[in-house]
Amino acid sequence: MSTTITPAAAPAGFTAKDLVTDQDIRWCPGCGDYSILKQAQTVIPELGIPRENIVFISGIGCSSRFPYYMETFGMHSIHGRATAVASGLKATRPELSVWIITGDGDALSIGGNHFIHMLRRNFNVNVLLFNNQIYGLTKGQYSPTSEEGKITKSTPYGSLDHPFNPIALAMGADGTYIARSMDRDPVHLKDTLRKANAHKGTSFVEIYQNCNVFNDGAFEIFTEKSSKKIETLMVENGKPFIFGANNEKGIKLDGFKPVIVDLTDGNSANDLWVHDETDRVKAGILSRFFDNPAKEGHFPRPFGVFYKEERNCYEDDLNQQVADVLAKRGEGNLDALLRGREVWEIK
Amino acid sequence: MENGSLDAFKVIKVDVTKLTRAALEGSGLGTKEMDRSKNMFVLGLCYWMYNRELKNSIKFLEEKFAKAPNILDSNVKLLKAGYAYGETTEAIETRYQINPAPMKAGVYRNIMGNQALAIGLVAASKQSGLPIFYGTYPITPASDILHELSKHKNFGVRTFQAEDEIAAICSAIGASFGGCLGVTASSGPGIALKGEAMGLAVMLELPLVIINVQRGGPSTGLPTKTEQSDLLQAMHGRNGEAPLPIIAACSPADCFNAALEACRIAVEYMTPVMLLSDGYIANGAEPWQFPQTADLPKITATFITEKNGGDKFLPYKRDENLSRPWAIPGTKSLEHRIGGLEKEHETGNINYENENHQFMVRMREAKVNKVADSIPLQKMDNGNEKGKLLVIGWGSTYGAIKMAVIQARAKGYDVSHAQVRYMNPFPKNLGEILYGFEKILVPEMNTGQFLSMLRSKYLVPAEGLNKIKGIPFSSVEIMEKIESMIA
Ligand code: SF4
Repeated sequence: MSTTITPAAAPAGFTAKDLVTDQDIRWCPGCGDYSILKQAQTVIPELGIPRENIVFISGIGCSSRFPYYMETFGMHSIHGRATAVASGLKATRPELSVWIITGDGDALSIGGNHFIHMLRRNFNVNVLLFNNQIYGLTKGQYSPTSEEGKITKSTPYGSLDHPFNPIALAMGADGTYIARSMDRDPVHLKDTLRKANAHKGTSFVEIYQNCNVFNDGAFEIFTEKSSKKIETLMVENGKPFIFGANNEKGIKLDGFKPVIVDLTDGNSANDLWVHDETDRVKAGILSRFFDNPAKEGHFPRPFGVFYKEERNCYEDDLNQQVADVLAKRGEGNLDALLRGREVWEIK
Repeated sequence: MENGSLDAFKVIKVDVTKLTRAALEGSGLGTKEMDRSKNMFVLGLCYWMYNRELKNSIKFLEEKFAKAPNILDSNVKLLKAGYAYGETTEAIETRYQINPAPMKAGVYRNIMGNQALAIGLVAASKQSGLPIFYGTYPITPASDILHELSKHKNFGVRTFQAEDEIAAICSAIGASFGGCLGVTASSGPGIALKGEAMGLAVMLELPLVIINVQRGGPSTGLPTKTEQSDLLQAMHGRNGEAPLPIIAACSPADCFNAALEACRIAVEYMTPVMLLSDGYIANGAEPWQFPQTADLPKITATFITEKNGGDKFLPYKRDENLSRPWAIPGTKSLEHRIGGLEKEHETGNINYENENHQFMVRMREAKVNKVADSIPLQKMDNGNEKGKLLVIGWGSTYGAIKMAVIQARAKGYDVSHAQVRYMNPFPKNLGEILYGFEKILVPEMNTGQFLSMLRSKYLVPAEGLNKIKGIPFSSVEIMEKIESMIA
């Protein structure tokens, strides 16, 4: 299936090479993070943003080393708090292009609170969540996105936690741009990043990222050529849901119930569910395509933009309010403030 | 009453009728009779406000209504309900501050501590040219700073009610990274939550002001009562060696100066600064001989705009204050990364080498200690710089100590008083002053935190007077201790 490429804006006078820092990259060889870094470094020079106006803020985890490898402004903050740090920066410097780099532990476990509040406030930032379904930096404990029963260092008898579905969580928190991509599909990832940047509001991109050391192959079924077409659903606005090795399957809606149909069986492509990324109800249904691929009759895992909505951004409203008060009351007079309403004199 | 004519007062709205009726539900009294006893509810509330006991009034009621148990019951019930209302609704926090000395000639206004803090922040913004970003989460007794600041948007103040205490401080750090003056405030429990982020600010070496309006602890403790028990938390309440300058306000009006000074140090030394207030001064009021803008000190804030290391930008290269350059996003060719990991001297690159770590720990400590170069020497509030007994306090004990020492000196005792504002680093001459006295008394509303700091730094046999009852000292209590030590 072809992917529509979002056209690049006027280049900003620097190239991917100019985004490489002098720091040695510390990720394990073969880690999915490399690909994400590369795609980001490729896309960013196309966006028309001066390099000095770009800020990468991360929390803690393997992915959070990302800013050290990006020759922009950056902050490697503390665990789970990148979203909170970014909120203060964006609130006061709305003209900056702010990118948050986080992981499944960072955003969904220790930083879960800030993550949902960022989404509801809708700061105009991009949140890239590298989901590897494991704690890599601390060497292999299960994460809030690990599947139930996962055997890890901290769960020798299997994990008991029910995993988060990050897309559904973002839907529930009223995110205004919700997408999923993967490290192994550079074209799709680059396109998703471009779209995320073009969206005004909190653009949330969940990126399936392979941790080849502690959770190798977690997303293999979605990323490998042999199974990708069968197990994934590449969604595109205005296009019907079609998948399968030879595009022979489709998904239609029977009321609110999605049904997989065989297109070789007399079913017409015209009856299929056509993706409308602005339809909140349908996006909600789509976000629940989250079955374990081992389950009989499971739905394919969707990739692409699930949902998109225009809504006011917090920083715009904040600065507008300041401007309105200024217009109404005039610039503050410190002497009047110091004096207060009532004074008296002692002689 | 809602036309603004009460703006000069602290107005607490209480729906007495509704609360009275609710308290008497099921008493068998009619609505009219219930409403008639509203006065008892209000009386109970007043008793709470002024820290009076209910005992005498209950006894009085028992005698008066001995033959009407129904009326007695409802009156006592209301008296207690009013008192309990004061205790549970953290909305009410009025205490009284008495100015012990005759006042200098001049023009005065009334001011409360939290209000003075807020105005001080606005003034610091004006004097530094840096917009204030105030990230906070509501908590008693610090919320009034937010209420006050949020009124002053026409001074360019941006207030942000974050989702929690951690987001509050982190958002302020983000704002400081962007070139604003980030400020956050809380009380003990919230400050505990901010600990890790304070450490981050120490590592990032960005300006940040953290206000702690202390209350009774530990844990939720006594939210509406005062205490000075977070001094050592301010000193040490972070992981690792994470020193930061600490300033303590000593009265409601002094909160203004303390806020200005905290901002100055934060900006000039690129460091988080802790400002300590407490419930007593936060909600206490006093006459204030307010300054004019023209008399306020200037705060120098500079953003670096060019590379400082040949063809390289060195984000941790230090000036004569040991302060690093502030390079804000949007500045061409100064792109750089900072973070919580240990960094190499000057380059700011991640560095785990042993020698470098010790060097950097010492460097951050030296920078904080260097603040002592720019603060005034410790002055005596009353009495000589040498003598028999020094009463030395910090923060809100000021009024009570001042009064006690005035009285003691009137009685002819050789007593002096010093009130310390700079809790870290101490003024350079503090040791000298301590060594000039035979005895030293340290009254404080904790079990002896300032005392232990003085003892360990200066090895002096100072003695503590400690009150941990949620209420301030009376001068009589201090006077008695003075007499027992000196007579
Ligand atoms: S531990 Fe896993 S996620 Fe971390 S760098 Fe290595 S491969 Fe990547």
